Amino acid sequence: MTTVAPTLEAPRAGRWTAFGVVSIALLVATQAFAFVSSPPDENMGQLEKILYVHVPAAWVMFVCFAIVLVYSLLFLWKGREEDDLVAAAAAEAGAVFNGLTLILGMIWGKPAWGVWWVWDARLTSTLVLFLVFVGYLALRAFVEDPQRRGQWSAAVGILGALNVPIVWMSVTWWRTLHQMPSSMQSMAKIYWLGMFANFGAMLLVMAYFIRRRYEAAAVARAAEHAAQAAALGGLD
Amino acid sequence: MSKRNWAILVAVILVATFGWLLYGGLNKNVVFFLTPKELVAKGANGYDVPVRLGGMVVPGSVQWNEKTLDLRFRVTDDSDTVAVHSTGAPPQMFQPGMGVVVEGKYERAGVFQATNLMVKHSNEYHPPRPGEKPEEMYKTLMKGGAS
Repeated sequence: MTTVAPTLEAPRAGRWTAFGVVSIALLVATQAFAFVSSPPDENMGQLEKILYVHVPAAWVMFVCFAIVLVYSLLFLWKGREEDDLVAAAAAEAGAVFNGLTLILGMIWGKPAWGVWWVWDARLTSTLVLFLVFVGYLALRAFVEDPQRRGQWSAAVGILGALNVPIVWMSVTWWRTLHQMPSSMQSMAKIYWLGMFANFGAMLLVMAYFIRRRYEAAAVARAAEHAAQAAALGGLD
Repeated sequence: MSKRNWAILVAVILVATFGWLLYGGLNKNVVFFLTPKELVAKGANGYDVPVRLGGMVVPGSVQWNEKTLDLRFRVTDDSDTVAVHSTGAPPQMFQPGMGVVVEGKYERAGVFQATNLMVKHSNEYHPPRPGEKPEEMYKTLMKGGAS
C-alpha cells in the first residue's frame, strides 16, 4: 500500500476570496452582455438566452471531469492525498454543472421540443454521467479509510470521466432528438460571442469552486490527522 | 505506484474497454427515430407498431383545424414522404421546413397516427431576417392553417 503523507497542511483560507469575487462578478457581466447583445432567434425567439448557461455549463462540466481523470490517475500513481482531494473537489463542481446542464436543458426542451425529457442518446448519457458522479460522491462518504477511499473513488472517477467523450460524441454517433454541435456557419457570430464569454467566466467560477472545496476537504483531513496524532500520544 | 494501485488501474482499463465495446454494439440499436425511408422500407412490419418517425415537415403540407384541433402534415427525408395525423396544438416552434419527431403508429391506410409530436431543432441559430418577427410566425401559422 502506498503511504499517505502523515501531515497534510491545511491551506490558508482567504487568499482566493478576491479571485472568487472577481470571477462571479465577471460571470454576472458576461450573462448581462449576452442577454443584452443577442437578438432573439428566428425560430425560438428569446429562448436562445438559455444557451448562455446551458452550453457553457456543459463545457465546464467536461473540464471538471477531465480534472477528475487527471488527478485520479495522479493519486493512483503517486499516492499523494492532496491529489485525491482535488479530484473529489472537481467531481463536486462537475456534478453541480452537470445538474445545471440537465435542468436548463429540460427548461429549454419543453418549449422548443414540446417535451421536458426524452431518452435519446445525448440526454441519457448525460444523466448517466451525473449519476456516476453522484455515486462517486456517495462512495466517498461511505468509505472511512482515506487510502481505500482514494483508490476506489479514483477508479470510479476514471470510469466516469471516460463517459465524457461518449456524451460529447453521442449526437454524432447516434440519431438523437438533441441537435448536433453548431458550427461557426450554423450559428450567428453574436451568439458564439455570448457563449464563449460565459464559458470563460464560468471556468473561473469553476476554478474558485474547486479551490474552495479542496480547501475545506484539506482542512478536514488535516484536523483528522491532528486528532490521530493526538490519540497516539503525540508520537508525531 | 503500488501493486494494488496497478491492479485498480488494470481493472478500470478492462471495464472501460468492455464498456466501449458494449456501446459500440449498441451503436446500431440506439436510434431515437426512423426516417420515412426506413419506415416505408419496413413494409408490412412497419404497420401498427409503436415507433418514432423523424423528418422534415413538408412546406405547404400543414393543415390545421382550429375547431377540432386536427393537425395534418407530411414528413419527408427527401427520399420518402409519410402523411402524419395528430391531435392538439403542436409545440410553439412547429413550422413548415422544421424537423419533427412523432411518436405513434403507422397505419395500413398509409397515415401515421401520432400520439406525441416533438420538434427537432436544428443546430442553426440566427437572428431573424429584416421584417421577420419570430413571435408572430407561430400565430400566423396557427391561424392561417396551410402555410
